Amino acid sequence: MADLGIDFAGIRAPNPFWLASAPPTDKEYNVRRAFEAGWGGVVWKTLGEDPPVVNLSSRYGGLAYGGRRLMGLNNIELISDRPLATNIAEIKRVKRAYPDRALVVSLMVPCEESRWQAILPLIEETGADGIELNFGCPHGMSERNMGAAIGQVPDYVEMVTRWCRQNTRMPVIVKLTPNVTDILQPARAARKGGADAVSLINTVQSVIGVDLDVMAPMPVVDGKGTHGGYCGPGVKPIALRMVGEIARDPAMHGIPISGMGGIGSWRDAAEFLAMGAGSLQICTAAMHYGFRIVEDLIDGLSRWMDGKEYGAVRDVTGRAVSRYVPWNALNMNFRTLARIDADRCIGCGLCHIACEDTSHQAIARQDDNGRRTYEVIGESCVGCNLCAHVCPVSDCITMEPQPCTHELTWPYHPSNPNRIVA
Amino acid sequence: MMPDIACGRLTESQLERNFSDAHPGLTRDQAALEAERCFYCHDAPCIEACPTGIDIPRFIKAIAVDNPGGAARIILDANILGGSCARVCPTEILCEQRCVHTAIESGRPVRIGALQRHATDWQMEQDDHPFTRGEPTGKRIAVVGAGPAGLACAHRLAMRGHEVVVFDRHERPGGLNQYGVAAYKLADDFAQREVDFLMAIGGIRFEAGCSLGRDITLASLRNAYDAVFLALGLGGVRALGLDNAQNPSVIDAVAFIEALRSAPYRQARVGRRVVVIGGGNTAIDAAVQARLLGAEEVTLVYRRGTESMSATPEERDWARVNDVTIRVWARPDRLLIENGTLRGVSFLRGRPGPDGAPLYDPEAGFVLEADMVLKAIGQSLLPLSPEGEMPRVQDGRIVVTQGGRTTLPGVYAGGDCTIGADLTVVAVRDGRDAAESIHAALAGAVRNNGQDPDGKGAGSHG
Ligand SMILES: Cc1cc2nc3c(=O)[nH]c(=O)nc-3n(C[C@H](O)[C@H](O)[C@H](O)COP(=O)(O)OP(=O)(O)OC[C@H]3O[C@@H](n4cnc5c(N)ncnc54)[C@H](O)[C@@H]3O)c2cc1C
Ligand SMILES: Cc1cc2nc3c(=O)[nH]c(=O)nc-3n(C[C@H](O)[C@H](O)[C@H](O)COP(=O)(O)O)c2cc1C
Ligand code: SF4
Repeated sequence: MADLGIDFAGIRAPNPFWLASAPPTDKEYNVRRAFEAGWGGVVWKTLGEDPPVVNLSSRYGGLAYGGRRLMGLNNIELISDRPLATNIAEIKRVKRAYPDRALVVSLMVPCEESRWQAILPLIEETGADGIELNFGCPHGMSERNMGAAIGQVPDYVEMVTRWCRQNTRMPVIVKLTPNVTDILQPARAARKGGADAVSLINTVQSVIGVDLDVMAPMPVVDGKGTHGGYCGPGVKPIALRMVGEIARDPAMHGIPISGMGGIGSWRDAAEFLAMGAGSLQICTAAMHYGFRIVEDLIDGLSRWMDGKEYGAVRDVTGRAVSRYVPWNALNMNFRTLARIDADRCIGCGLCHIACEDTSHQAIARQDDNGRRTYEVIGESCVGCNLCAHVCPVSDCITMEPQPCTHELTWPYHPSNPNRIVA
Repeated sequence: MMPDIACGRLTESQLERNFSDAHPGLTRDQAALEAERCFYCHDAPCIEACPTGIDIPRFIKAIAVDNPGGAARIILDANILGGSCARVCPTEILCEQRCVHTAIESGRPVRIGALQRHATDWQMEQDDHPFTRGEPTGKRIAVVGAGPAGLACAHRLAMRGHEVVVFDRHERPGGLNQYGVAAYKLADDFAQREVDFLMAIGGIRFEAGCSLGRDITLASLRNAYDAVFLALGLGGVRALGLDNAQNPSVIDAVAFIEALRSAPYRQARVGRRVVVIGGGNTAIDAAVQARLLGAEEVTLVYRRGTESMSATPEERDWARVNDVTIRVWARPDRLLIENGTLRGVSFLRGRPGPDGAPLYDPEAGFVLEADMVLKAIGQSLLPLSPEGEMPRVQDGRIVVTQGGRTTLPGVYAGGDCTIGADLTVVAVRDGRDAAESIHAALAGAVRNNGQDPDGKGAGSHG
């Protein structure tokens, strides 16, 4: 059986599945239930200074798609709304009760060194395994010059990270906001400031929908709405890219990355690991289905690792990073052609109309004694694979790689006016 | 001795339960989930399988995106009786049979009928009628028969601005929707509600209790109207061909159903032991409703094998669910009558002969006790009144060509009285298409008269 245990920037956990700093980790009651369910660690809901913030009602907006609820979740919640002392006492008790689990505490205080110097010893005293700096909250807190207001300015990221690094023994994880044009800027700044690890992504600024009766963005709070932070399955592609971007950056080489954003299944988890994550954080999937999902995450990941003969999580971490390259490094001589398996075809016509209207007119409809069949016109197919994506039957349309004699990339391509002549 | 045929075998509340909606409508959540199953096929096979050609994927998509009004409009554009079709169509041999989902998992098509009902029910709960009457053309059309064919024709003609009078020998409009289709398929007086909905377009007048051949003649209609549409259905019944078949306990299944649908269920009479002869949906409907009225034993007897029955497997299952016994390969031989009272029916056993035709063994038979026999062996066209010129009839149906034209100029026909499957949805299509063809002919006539050279008046709107 694969070993799912991890050592992430010196923080040990029996498995890589941590609950992200959010409502599931808001208090002792939830966290105990999570650990009982089998979670490898938690990042406690972000603590701030007293007096605690005040939260609104309501707080969440949901994106439904194709009959599925919560394809995406958006929230306008702030950080922990409980007194600091209550949280500190609970953290201490929980860590003592579950010494083998990772317990990281998320923090957010105003941008003054003295404020950080004041809170860090309190956390250290709980026995927590590390801290995560919340530089990502994109709503509410940023209007108070915290959260994403720091995370979007690399100099501030570096400065605050350095204050923390210099004022605590605990590993410092910097949580990054995706609401930037270049994720590498704040990531590198964090490393310069001495971060032991980074975690990403925090939520994406969003308006999840508009209530067309009230004429206000959702969730509607007494007739008005505000933007919130978007997360859940819909953000996974954005998160995967950002994780990969950092993992392949020479300036970030070797830094532990805690990946999150839309993880809901073992496959999502494996993909984040492959793109460079060393630990995984989850929020929306747990909020959707409860803590029990961790059993499937663990079971699925370890079965897959066994099948692939990966002995440990670190064997998976970063496996795909060397193959995550810039567009210019892709082989332009490579061709695939769509092939339709007539036996599997159910005759829905979706491939035909997709290619006919929006691609390359490469799928012909034929009538085979009243049974409709579809055939790819090889000369017209550019191998875009749209047809394979719209086909509702798995493995009915496959993309067949064609023989390729040699590799040719854009820098060397004859059509490139600035080509490199060998 | 009196045969044991009686009403009120069950209590009022049992009857109410038995004749309530057999398949209640989907909730909004159920409809949304089911709608999401649709792949939104291009050039979808289900559309081809619908006689009225409803753009099924498009209306399902509209349901999925919470646009029930749009969905209803798509349905009603093609089929103004989309509400009753959603309830009575044998979808298992129409649209749902061709749903591509059945190629993935047989027996699990998208529930098109249920979704259609969801959208049309939504529409009928609104106050407004979604279509407007076309600008008056001054043309008047007579429709004879207020069944699905006649009603669909009338509505489409009204949309095109014509004035329509619908004659029917019955008191209530609706045809077999009102008097024939099983009660639990069109519960809660749906047939009447749908007629009210349809008539709301305006420009349609209903003449009740007016029979062609008795109260009016085709010749007079042709004189007084610009066109005539015959939608007479099949009023006659085939004969059983047995001695004493006129015994009062031997009843035509359609008449039995008409009786139970025309009065409160507690007044409907049914035998204790009922034998139904026939293998179509009418036989099934009669058998099931006999059970629901409280008959203790109902046996449906069909002369060939199950596979030859025109009742679909779904209909046969429905009969079995309702404790109807189905016996096949048997032909009625003799009605057993004592002093004028029906006691039973004796049958001969049969088997498939070498040429496929059934062979019956005069030596082998069985007797079923019965106090009521319902015959459901097919309907036929009532003879058209002999006086005056009549359209040509062949094989018991009025002969029509494209657009419902009969052999008489200005006279059109459609629905069960013409050739084609005897289904509500087919009747609706015939009525709709005949209306368009009447409209085109009348518009052409207007143009030819030179009254409307640029074609803006009659016939060009809608
Ligand atoms: C028992 C039974 C159950 C059925 N169940 C189903 C089902 O579940 N699903 C399905 O799709 N189909 C079903 N059908 C078939 C369906 O009802 C018919 O195909 C459909 O009603 C035909 O419509 P129509 O307008 O042609 O005729 P009809 O509905 O028969 O209407 C004809 C109308 O014309 C009137 N009329 C007749 N002669 C005259 C005259 N001389 N003067 C004036 N008026 C006249 C009649 O009173 C009647 O109102 C069933 C049929 C029967 C008999
Ligand atoms: C295959 C593909 C190619 C695209 N190419 C361009 C492009 O050339 N220029 C551009 O401005 N946007 C391009 N877009 C982005 C779209 O215009 C659009 O902004 C984006 O898909 C978001 O809209 P949607 O998700 O609602 O479809 C492209 C999108 C797709 C899917
Ligand atoms: S791969 Fe693209 S171009 Fe080729 S058949 Fe499919 S949709 Fe058309």
